[in-house]
Amino acid sequence: MGMTLAEKILAQKLGHEVRAGDVVICPVDLALVQDGTGTLTFDVIRQLMGKDYLKHPDRAMIVLDHLGPPGRPEYAAMHKRLRDFVKATGCLLADVGEGISHVVVSERYVKPGDVVVGADSHTNTAAGMAAFATGMGSTDTAVAMALGKQWFRVPETMRFELRGGLPVGVSSKDIILHIIGTIGEDGAVYKAMEYGGETIRHLSMDARFTITSMAQECGAKLGLFPSDEETRRWMQRHGREKDWRPLAADPGAAYERLIEIDCSALEPLVAVPHTPGNVKQAAEVEKEGIRVDQVFLGTCTNGRLEDLRAAAQILKGRRVAQGTRLLVYPGSRWVYHEALKEGVIQALEAAGAVISHAACGPCPGMQFGLLSDGEVCVATQNRNFKGRMGNPNSFLYLASPATAAATAVEGKITDPRRFLA
Amino acid sequence: MVIRGKAWKFGDFVSTDLIAAGRYAYLRDNLPEFVKHVLEDADKDFAPAALKGDQTYIVVGGRNFGQGSSREHAARLIKLAGVPVVLAKGFARIFYRNCFNIGMPALTVDTDQIAHGDEVEIDLKHGVVRNRTRQQELATGRIPPVMLTILEEGGVVDYIKKHGDLVFDEARTG
Repeated sequence: MGMTLAEKILAQKLGHEVRAGDVVICPVDLALVQDGTGTLTFDVIRQLMGKDYLKHPDRAMIVLDHLGPPGRPEYAAMHKRLRDFVKATGCLLADVGEGISHVVVSERYVKPGDVVVGADSHTNTAAGMAAFATGMGSTDTAVAMALGKQWFRVPETMRFELRGGLPVGVSSKDIILHIIGTIGEDGAVYKAMEYGGETIRHLSMDARFTITSMAQECGAKLGLFPSDEETRRWMQRHGREKDWRPLAADPGAAYERLIEIDCSALEPLVAVPHTPGNVKQAAEVEKEGIRVDQVFLGTCTNGRLEDLRAAAQILKGRRVAQGTRLLVYPGSRWVYHEALKEGVIQALEAAGAVISHAACGPCPGMQFGLLSDGEVCVATQNRNFKGRMGNPNSFLYLASPATAAATAVEGKITDPRRFLA
Repeated sequence: MVIRGKAWKFGDFVSTDLIAAGRYAYLRDNLPEFVKHVLEDADKDFAPAALKGDQTYIVVGGRNFGQGSSREHAARLIKLAGVPVVLAKGFARIFYRNCFNIGMPALTVDTDQIAHGDEVEIDLKHGVVRNRTRQQELATGRIPPVMLTILEEGGVVDYIKKHGDLVFDEARTG
């Protein structure tokens, strides 16, 4: 019997067949922490090993993406501890401004077939390049870093067959919002999601990472795309073609559930407060005339080059509405540079956007772009839980870069299609 | 082991943002201070009551408790507030592993059968939750054997210190 992609990656890593439900102890190719979870991880490593220690320093990475540059002395102290840990162990570091961990590791390190864990729930983003990538707590990540391995329950797989072309103004963000709205925030708990069907061949890596970054938002362990020609081209662009190999599920793999999605019938969608599964059509929400104080473009979900391009396409030659602020945080330094070379950053800036460094920005609600009581934000991020952007009395909507850009122009939640006709 | 306490009810889909809000991230290296804000955005009365220390509270959630961020501080703060066990209809997977890793059981049970303030008793060995207020016995979902092994050692750090490695009988290695 054939294997699902999740089973196949773990089987290849272990050298024997595995099946959903098995418990396996598997070597880890890359373990990462960010600045919000790193200090606790390294406290646990000290408890485990009696010192700052890593089994494989070249397979451990710290990314300072949530809290830098520090806006509080406590954050500066956390950064200092993390940099000291780098000095003590020789692990990899992406310092402030290098970008969001999930964007950086996929650009530079992750290979198809890798096993990747991280003390950040969106570590599953890298599953877009056929890696078994999943988020864990600090203690589990500490174990992976100290021992070079971790235990996993091999997940059952839900297969999503995507058919039909995406209409103008509809993006991969709308695909994943549609899925979360359909199956619910606990619709794939403990499962692997696996994407297939004719449509995925036409989805760029940027589009795939948007979908895989939000597997967590339906409870899944990860959401996988196969490694194909598009993966090869993208890795070539990042100078890593030699690390590419094709990898896909076997024919005849056993799926727990099969869900077909007609992408040609999708519309621009918006997740309304306070959960990512609370999904409505942008055109319907637009009728409510909801005034927007802040629009945020960025994150591991929608902070890549194509996302900035999609926003710039709408904002070029237009202005952000009076009374609305547009914040842009590119996903990585590479994204930032490419967007500058193409004139995308210039177009966004000319429209009135505030362009910041490559980082998580307002998404985790810790120190950048926080909201006041009653304020409304439309963000391209992945979750809109109550309090997410730093204030439980604010209102957060999730949307695609195109919908966010159209919203910035109008100053209220807006279906982007009339800007693209 | 039998655990007793008073149920403090929360709704469905309690996220880690509600348990350990991002705006308090500056307290992540200072959990004794951070715990004063545990579950604040879900129910601001919980932390002051739990930290008074004259009553053991059992956190009782609904669907997908602990969804969202991987921040382990969420599980640690609940434990630090004196809560010995979390009950819910279902748990988000990272939060679930975090609980067992730090030695705090998380049990699935039909929490519709437990009201706010009910006296509950949890018999971990037999997988039973007794609602003493309603004189009712509720069956809990099975705890996966690996998680039970970790819990019996008091968490994964103590487990590894004792065994020197991950060596679960049921696990297959390369």
